[in-house]
Amino acid sequence: MLKSKTFVKKTRSGGVMKIVREHYLRDDIWCGSEVCTGCKQESTVLQKDACIESNLCSYPHYLIPDTNVVLHQIDVLEDPVIRNVIILQTVLQEVRHRSAPIYKRVKDMIHEKEKHFYTFTNEHHRETFIEREPGETANDRNDRAIRVSAKWYSQHLKPFEADTEGLKVVLLTNDLRNKQTAEESGFRMSSATVFIISGEEYIKSLIANPELVDRLALSNDEKVTNEITSSKLLYPEHLPLSRIQAGIKSGSFLQGTFRASRDNYLEATVFVQGEGEDGTEVLLQGLQNLNRAVHQDVVAVQLLPRNQWVAPSSVVLQDEGAAKDDNVDEEEEENTLKESATESVRKPTGKVVGIIKRNWRPFCGMLNVSQIKESTRHLFTPADRRIPRIRIETRQAATLAGQRIMVAIDGWPKDSRYPNGHFVRSLGSAGEKETEEEVLLLEHDVPHQAFSQAVLSFLPKMPWAITPEEMAKRMDLRHLTVCSVDPPGCTDIDDALHCRELENGNLEVGVHIADVSHFIRPGNALDKEAANRGTTVYLCGKRIDMVPELLSSNLCSLRSNVERLAFSCIWEMNHKAEILSTKFTKSIINSKASLTYAEAQMRIDDTSMNDEITTSLRGLNKLAKILKRQRIEKGALTLSSLEVRFHMDSETHDPIELQTKELMETNSMVEEFMLLANISVAQKIYDEFSECALLRKHPAPPPSNYDILLKAAKSKNVEIHTDSAKALADSLDGARVKDFPYFNTLLRILATRCMMQAVYFCSGMDSDFHHYGLASPIYTHFTSPIRRYADIIVHRLLAVAIGADSTYADLMDKHKQSALCNNLNYRHKMAQYAQRSSVAFHTQLFFKSRGILNEEGFVLFVRKNAIIVLIPKFGLEGTVFFDSKDKTAPNIVFDEEGPTLTVEQHTFHIFDKVKVTISLDASNIQHQKIRMALTEPVIPGVSVPVPDVEPQAKKPKLDR
Amino acid sequence: MAGLELLSDQGYRLDGRKATELRKVQARMGVFAQADGSAYLEQGNTRALAVVYGPHEMRGSRSRTLHDRAAINCQYSMATFSTAERKRRPHGDRKSTEMSLHLKQTFEAAIMTQLYPRSQIDIYVKILQSDGGNYSVCVNAATLAVIDAGIPMRDYVCACSVGFVDETPLADLCYAEESVSSLSVALLPRGGQIALLQMDARLHQDHLEALMEAAMTACKGVSKVLDEVVRQHLQEAAVLNVCP
Repeated sequence: MLKSKTFVKKTRSGGVMKIVREHYLRDDIWCGSEVCTGCKQESTVLQKDACIESNLCSYPHYLIPDTNVVLHQIDVLEDPVIRNVIILQTVLQEVRHRSAPIYKRVKDMIHEKEKHFYTFTNEHHRETFIEREPGETANDRNDRAIRVSAKWYSQHLKPFEADTEGLKVVLLTNDLRNKQTAEESGFRMSSATVFIISGEEYIKSLIANPELVDRLALSNDEKVTNEITSSKLLYPEHLPLSRIQAGIKSGSFLQGTFRASRDNYLEATVFVQGEGEDGTEVLLQGLQNLNRAVHQDVVAVQLLPRNQWVAPSSVVLQDEGAAKDDNVDEEEEENTLKESATESVRKPTGKVVGIIKRNWRPFCGMLNVSQIKESTRHLFTPADRRIPRIRIETRQAATLAGQRIMVAIDGWPKDSRYPNGHFVRSLGSAGEKETEEEVLLLEHDVPHQAFSQAVLSFLPKMPWAITPEEMAKRMDLRHLTVCSVDPPGCTDIDDALHCRELENGNLEVGVHIADVSHFIRPGNALDKEAANRGTTVYLCGKRIDMVPELLSSNLCSLRSNVERLAFSCIWEMNHKAEILSTKFTKSIINSKASLTYAEAQMRIDDTSMNDEITTSLRGLNKLAKILKRQRIEKGALTLSSLEVRFHMDSETHDPIELQTKELMETNSMVEEFMLLANISVAQKIYDEFSECALLRKHPAPPPSNYDILLKAAKSKNVEIHTDSAKALADSLDGARVKDFPYFNTLLRILATRCMMQAVYFCSGMDSDFHHYGLASPIYTHFTSPIRRYADIIVHRLLAVAIGADSTYADLMDKHKQSALCNNLNYRHKMAQYAQRSSVAFHTQLFFKSRGILNEEGFVLFVRKNAIIVLIPKFGLEGTVFFDSKDKTAPNIVFDEEGPTLTVEQHTFHIFDKVKVTISLDASNIQHQKIRMALTEPVIPGVSVPVPDVEPQAKKPKLDR
Repeated sequence: MAGLELLSDQGYRLDGRKATELRKVQARMGVFAQADGSAYLEQGNTRALAVVYGPHEMRGSRSRTLHDRAAINCQYSMATFSTAERKRRPHGDRKSTEMSLHLKQTFEAAIMTQLYPRSQIDIYVKILQSDGGNYSVCVNAATLAVIDAGIPMRDYVCACSVGFVDETPLADLCYAEESVSSLSVALLPRGGQIALLQMDARLHQDHLEALMEAAMTACKGVSKVLDEVVRQHLQEAAVLNVCP
């Protein structure tokens, strides 16, 4: 072991603090090349035969990119063609400071064996370390360090040139000055030659891969020509970071996350995290005030004077103007926004003064091919409406048209209407199911790749059987009549139940949960993958598993008539469903039957059946009813949302029928016991680990959330109390209107929209544990470990609590738990959104084959220029617009107090019954949408005639 | 800024060391003539001076006299100029009192006190420059000073701190690395006996063993260096004694 040959002191002043650090230089850092015989390295990364076919470099070569090349051309570097790259430590450190996501991508590449990326620790190498010279900026020093290392490499590899057909080192830099300095400082003169090439030239020279050029990011020095940008500045300049920070400190600016509006591209809000729980929202209106911020960016905003505050517009606006004439359009549109609003509804309004952190990721979407045939610049429309359109440069527009593609943003100059970006990859042609599913998953950041070998290696070896040691440790419950009740077609059964009468007359009830934590051990690749995925995502007709199939559908799934490991929660109860004792244990069970909800219901109802399973089910059902009543008495909410099921064609997998989900008694039976188990477990793990229990809470919504519900109920003369969950539940129960049986359900749907999101949290980091919806002081998730990672953690905690397993460090670390919770919450949210999008997509497929339908619906919301209609039959929601650009708008009067909307003579209220036509609007292939038009009540000039019942070949053009 | 990356993927730490490598240790013995023993020790950028008086008869309150062995009196202090910002450091603040106590316990375990009943040994240690691992450096310096004073010890006491980053124990922490959960061990290397073990961070017990192992290895590394210093010093002293 060689140690610290030379000893240099490195002084770094940041602010006032003077930091003195040691800096050891080593001579045991190897070059990492297969060719080199001088270095005593154990394994090599860089290949001898390092050929990338290129016009500029016809010899084998290693690439050394500088920091800016890595930052800007990361998409190119990630291509499998690019191999044998030396990433210098200096570059890696600079990238780390500049962009965390790119740093992560670089690290991923380094770990990938096939890429042959080598990290050279040049800052600690005796011959490549340089000290900053007086007067030299940090950047210049780093550039020099990169040059010195490149030179060292070429000298180091010089002796082996003969055996390797002239292996060379190529320094990639976009910085002209750097290139010049490098040339001046005699790089070419020195005995070994380093070639300095700009990143773009190099990529353009690659012979085999012309499409890579499209992925090139536009660099700053290549000024975007005035063909597309007028000379006038469209946007105000962003302030430098130092001034933003000073402003935030002094309170003149606010920092927050930028959220673009889905419905109106000229409007956005910035959510400013206030002190403690509360935060404020700042409204932004108009392109100037949005000032090039993109959805999810962290921005600094300045509040406008109070007299310039505006109210959020209820107009739905989409950026549809073509690139050429957009300026005219916008002024009009911006004017429509600036309407005087009453003082009360005005919100704090501001403008973006600077961007603190960009949150750009590659976006999915489609290309709008430019009208000019030869043009290489095209606009790209992202699938997410909150993202502005992006201008990209490509030579393959013809092939990309009609395809779903991914595009990354490179920058947004202040004289350009749209941000500039570059093409990343193509996903397939639009409208196809696979492509759309891929888009959906990518847009919602759902990890959906196949499980890697590393992950699969931690699966148990088949054939698998319960070992005698395991048998000895667990409670043997195979003799019990356990059965599972699930939706039809369910293969990942994670819960089973039993109920039997004890000798003392009491009842024993058991909830048995798949023992996933037995198979997934903490810290291994399988565990990490599951923790990252967080949840299984159910799309229509597709399931993206959290754990590999072998576990989810076989070893963990509590199928009938096989022996399975379980984690059991067993209560002794009396006939009034009072819990006398609770026991948790790891067990072995043998389920006697896997039933569907309907089958279980049939057994309970069929009085002629009296076998053990049925009596057990009846016992459970009886107790569940008591439990439910108790829960509702305590103030648990019963909310409603329409869920739909598709009946799929077994061959084409296209939806052939839509059906809203039915709820049966057995659904609620299973649910009751799951809730009971979750609450019991939550209490147990919290008692045992008050600092690091993973719990789930559901905060009470702020009173203002209920405004819409109260107004809506009032319009039907119904009073709703929202002081507490119990009051709300009671008044919802009492809310009935004669001749309107669906009213109650509609009200519950509205109430659901008022709720907050339930979240996971770590008990050591929070003090409010209450679950509002369930009216429980403590709650967690224990019952679905196959499809939720939170449950696995809870299983581990409980296993430790009962002495069945040992702890590990991360389980007891509340900060790590808290970070995990954040990820789980994020994944759950995204999974939900993905699920909804999937339903929406399948609804579209369904209506595509149906032509135009005429259905009955209810008005759910009233907007300024539209009403939102819910169609109970399909659980479908759609918007009926009353104004359109190309037609004289009907006379519309909007009243915010109601809220009501008067169109010509007819006034729409919330909950009004209407009839609408439903059709698929495929005019915009990217955003195919369900279009609704009014047929009843008949308003001349607004409503459309009732269509023929038969599907028409050609859809009539509908007003909007 | 994204915080410091304490251990890179290539296995290098902030200052270029690998996980198990110690900082450069340099030491001199017998730096002061008037004291009975003295030593100066550098471990990277942490520098300490140790001075030993005794064994001598009890001074001050006689009540502290121990009838079967020598009493050990330790005093730890930091120079005002030892950190980046100059700071007055009064004697007897809690931190230095605690450190003095730790040193006292360490040396009570190492020095053969039973040879000097009813007497007293004073050890004064001063940190001249601080860059992490103050306790360990003090122990190492004081060991040399005690040896210089000719006081018999069971073995060298060698100390080292170890931290835990990314599932890897890091030996001999510098100041920037001290933010992680760490422990300090003072070891009598030959017998492998632990004279003092100190940890005030939270650490899962699964990791403790690995960390202890790393700490012991590091301490043995230190003892090798100290041994060399002592032999070197003896050689020089012998030459000086012979020559005149």
